[in-house]
Amino acid sequence: MDTLDLTLDHPLRSFRLSVAATLGRETLALVGPSGAGKSSVLRAIAGLLRPERGRVALGAEAWLDTEAGIDLPPERRSVGLVFQEYALFPHLDVRRNVAFGGRGRVDELLERFRISHLAQARPADLSGGERQRVALARALARDPAVLLLDEPLSALDAHTRAVVRAELAELLAELRLPTLLVTHDFEDAAALADRVGVIVGGRILQLGAAAELLAAPADAFVASFTGANLLHGTARPGPEGLTEVVLDAGGSMYSVDEGHGRVGLAVFPWEVALARAESADSAVNHVRGEVRSLVELGNRVRVRVGPLTAEITTASAERLALREGEDVVASFKATASRLVPLG
Amino acid sequence: MRSPFGVVLALATALALSFLLLPILAIFVDIPPGQLVDGMNDPAAIDALLVTLKTTLIANAVILLVGTPAAYLIGSHSFRAKPFLVTAVELPLVLPPAVAGIGLLAAFGRFGLLGETLDVLGISIPFTQLAVVFAVMFVAGPFYLRAAISAFESVDPTLTGAARTLGAGPARTFARVALPLASGGLGAGWALCFARGLGEFGATIMFAGSLQGVTQTLSLAVYEQFDVDFDVALAIGAELVVISAFLLLAVKLVPKWTRSTSPSTTPFAPFGSR
Repeated sequence: MDTLDLTLDHPLRSFRLSVAATLGRETLALVGPSGAGKSSVLRAIAGLLRPERGRVALGAEAWLDTEAGIDLPPERRSVGLVFQEYALFPHLDVRRNVAFGGRGRVDELLERFRISHLAQARPADLSGGERQRVALARALARDPAVLLLDEPLSALDAHTRAVVRAELAELLAELRLPTLLVTHDFEDAAALADRVGVIVGGRILQLGAAAELLAAPADAFVASFTGANLLHGTARPGPEGLTEVVLDAGGSMYSVDEGHGRVGLAVFPWEVALARAESADSAVNHVRGEVRSLVELGNRVRVRVGPLTAEITTASAERLALREGEDVVASFKATASRLVPLG
Repeated sequence: MRSPFGVVLALATALALSFLLLPILAIFVDIPPGQLVDGMNDPAAIDALLVTLKTTLIANAVILLVGTPAAYLIGSHSFRAKPFLVTAVELPLVLPPAVAGIGLLAAFGRFGLLGETLDVLGISIPFTQLAVVFAVMFVAGPFYLRAAISAFESVDPTLTGAARTLGAGPARTFARVALPLASGGLGAGWALCFARGLGEFGATIMFAGSLQGVTQTLSLAVYEQFDVDFDVALAIGAELVVISAFLLLAVKLVPKWTRSTSPSTTPFAPFGSR
């Protein structure tokens, strides 16, 4: 099994794309806001973009080596690239789209992706989820050694998305190809990838398992991108070995993390508990405030209290009889918060 | 439509349509059908039809075979000199036919730029059937080239990129993806080009002359027979009307499946401002 090595350095409109990564039989997700250079990484690997400097190699076979003057055309790189809007050929039916990549396994792939009944259909007549399956089948028809997925879920509506995400996770686990996935959604990345790299302004800020990024975000951007609450303030030594963060918005919070100067205090919504009154529990951080919004997400409810978002079970929300505009106390433990430097 | 303005609109429409249709109808009803058919069987008319078919076929074959790849190269790339290149392609479109004729003579005539070289090779172009082909290619070719550039420009580069990542080399990508996706625009452009070539007159008469059976095309024969036998002129005119009408209809029937999908429609825009 070959690993994919890549080093890229390329000027984009307002910043330099500068990325290095090595992939074995795993899925690596590059996650970042739009315009972070994510798609350019995929295009450079596939050979659709020639970076100013860089190297892309699958095991011993160099696809691109700007120093050695190697630059294989896309058709000679064993990649399966699934484009963001799928880029299905509008003038070919589903069978011919899939066969474009390779004729050998067409029937098997149509079957595998449950699109046999659509073989004669034109892409324009397919739903978003069906298009995605055709695009995957087409990319795999070539038997690629590397799989590249560009925002594979972004063209889908919320309902289809959840279903397709589960299918895709299953597929990736089954294929075990070096897979590079780019997305702007941390949840998608966490659900699909073994490792997640947060990319902003052309650079990977932090690379690790999703759980690592959640537990120890390297900076404020990564913290907020993973969905954490981020309270800005100034850190100073507090009582009992804790760090006190004097918040810009007023009040103080405590963390077990060390920090000084300008910091962001990150705490995840599921670490924040809600109560009707302040209780003598082990949490040292309490925020009394009005419930500003209640959003139900299946069996959970996201509750916005002052500067914090808390995520509690629907059952708890009912027990507390939460209503918008009423006062509640949000609390979290000093051990649940992370301090990240503010750039 | 009872308002005075409605009446003005209706009158204007009636006037425009009858003015445009009357001369065309007149060609067919001015003389009895039998005489029209006789006119078509006149040796001059038959010669003209054969010359036209032969030269038009050759000229259009060359235009398609050379113009299509050239338009693909220009249309699928962006580069600094592109606006100038496209302008150069458009220039013959707006030139008065007489200027085109004199230009062709100045380039390929006996005393023209390439005249001596061609002379050495034993080739003389002016006043031959090849000159008719040249005149049609020069005057009508740009209609196709310009439309074809626009058609290839509107092919979504993501789709050609996708073809490459699926293992297709540049030639297969062109044949299987770019060409079919651009076909609507190519067909429409080619119809314009064909019609313009069919009606070619000024450049041909200057560069190729009007020799019956050699360089006298249908358009030239209409003019020539106008003095000799008005009925034959009418008959040839009727032939040209029928061919042109058939062509227009054929273009309207060109499959337009490309427009049914989202990212890569191929709208026909011969003078697109891209």
